[in-house]
Amino acid sequence: MTQAQLAERAPVASTAPLLSVRDVSVVFGGIIALNGVSFDMQQGHILGLIGPNGAGKTTLFNCLSRLYQPSKGDILMNGETILNRPAHKISEIGIGRTFQNVALFPNLTVRDNVRVGKHARTNSDIISDSLKLPWVRKGEADINKDVNNILDYLDLHHVADTIVSGLPFGTQKRVELARALAAEPKILLLDEPAGGLNHEEVYILGDLIRRIRDDRGVTVLLVEHHMGLVMSIADHVVALNFGKKLAEGTPAAVQKDPAVIKAYLGDKDS
Amino acid sequence: MSTVQDVSTAPVVAAVPKKAMALGPLASLIILALLIVTPLFVKNFIIFQMTMWLIYAIAVLALNILTGASGQFSLGQSAFYALGAYTSAILMEHVGVNYALTLPVAGLVCFIAGFLFGLPALRLSGIYLALATFALAVAMPQLLKLGVFEHWTGGVQGLVVTKPDAPEILASLGLKVSQDMWLYFFTLAVTILIYIFSVNLLKSRSGRAMMAIRDNEIAASAMGVDVSLYKTLAFGVSAGITGVAGGLGAIAVQFVAPDGYTIQLAIALFLGVVVGGVGWLPGSLAGAAFIVFVPNIAEHISKGLSGAVFGVILIIIIFLLPNGARQLAYLAQGLIGKLRKH
Repeated sequence: MTQAQLAERAPVASTAPLLSVRDVSVVFGGIIALNGVSFDMQQGHILGLIGPNGAGKTTLFNCLSRLYQPSKGDILMNGETILNRPAHKISEIGIGRTFQNVALFPNLTVRDNVRVGKHARTNSDIISDSLKLPWVRKGEADINKDVNNILDYLDLHHVADTIVSGLPFGTQKRVELARALAAEPKILLLDEPAGGLNHEEVYILGDLIRRIRDDRGVTVLLVEHHMGLVMSIADHVVALNFGKKLAEGTPAAVQKDPAVIKAYLGDKDS
Repeated sequence: MSTVQDVSTAPVVAAVPKKAMALGPLASLIILALLIVTPLFVKNFIIFQMTMWLIYAIAVLALNILTGASGQFSLGQSAFYALGAYTSAILMEHVGVNYALTLPVAGLVCFIAGFLFGLPALRLSGIYLALATFALAVAMPQLLKLGVFEHWTGGVQGLVVTKPDAPEILASLGLKVSQDMWLYFFTLAVTILIYIFSVNLLKSRSGRAMMAIRDNEIAASAMGVDVSLYKTLAFGVSAGITGVAGGLGAIAVQFVAPDGYTIQLAIALFLGVVVGGVGWLPGSLAGAAFIVFVPNIAEHISKGLSGAVFGVILIIIIFLLPNGARQLAYLAQGLIGKLRKH
């Protein structure tokens, strides 16, 4: 018990955090979806965000990807607020995401989906694009090179020119990951990546996330129901319940935290 | 790597890319050759009809970019067509600008108009956007009749446009080219240019951004696509191309009048997109052929009931080919592939 509490109070704060969530609250009508949540993300960590249904995980996620505006608090990346940026200006500062139920562009090929991922890292205008001017050709060549590398990296080459809607769910998830990686993110937000996967697939996914972090130096925020996955790959875990932070610390510490156990399993008396 | 592969087995999907937006080089060349050779052997009236066919093909292509690529509906294309037609006509008849030079101006004017109309349209989607553009189409003929503009537009009477002659250099080379023939080849050149530019656009970063928006707006914006910008750009580009078609139409018909650009034209263009195949640019040619030639065929079958015959033909086509001419093209492609194997 004391050991758990010790671990909980010893966050690894040797360097300045890459991303910090400061006292963020979100109110919908009369419902408080998030209530003063704060935590830090360290460069190169995998941070697991857990909590039962309705805990506010997705709300927080949507604040980070700028779909929601917090009513209070701030979110800082490298010490600078991201809250003055619209949703489409978030990927250029290095925040990439995947979606809970896969949000690909279903009528495009795998390759084109990943190419769209390069949008924030490239420039063009409709006139040069229509005329296919020399710098457009060069830009496309660069895009294709990067996209090929990513397709190789995630082993998607054999389906590169297939329309994405016809692919199995697991492959679609990998395409989404490829699309997010194409934008060269510093932080990757993963919204329930294990949802809809079987036991073995979850295991492989965990390996993949760790590999992406190690190979590409990407910091990962993992919002996940699947406790097994979070506990096996996260460096640091934040637990939410009813919009409040319940516990924070190493996976082992959070797992043993009585408040977390209560939130997940219910009271002994009830 | 092998571990990742296990996440899913290889998919069993048809090898034909369903959303290829352009034709292959061979098919393009065959169609181009037909478009060049045919007018040399037919009467002037048929040449005129073929010119109108190409002009409508440009307008259908413009709507196809808007609906097929960016996923926005418009029943107001007739308004942009009218704006382009009047811009060309006024520049030619009042200012004395060369007919060819009026087209870029018509395109630019309509691009700006379309872009501006696209801004409020951002708040609407699907059928509501269709209704807003419908209102534009209904209002346009009346705006053109307004007394304020009468000096320029000619009011209800409209404007008569002079038909251009073939350039003299052709005559000095010993080629006798009639006005209709010249205008046809001029229109064909404009059509080819617009087609190439459109294919380039859709295959580029901008085109992918538009298609991403069509498929999933939230995901597109998470990838850094400025959804509002690309939606309004799509409106602008579509209106601009429609404006060029309108300008060409004014020159070919030699006349512009408010009642030539009613909602019926907008619906015809919409029909052209559906018959040609939504999102398939070469289908624009087939869609335009449908709206130019099928009414004539219907009239040939029954003068009194031509509208009903047209309707029946339309229903049969939609029933047999719900994906339009594109479906036919893929059927043909499949057949040719089979024949080659044997």
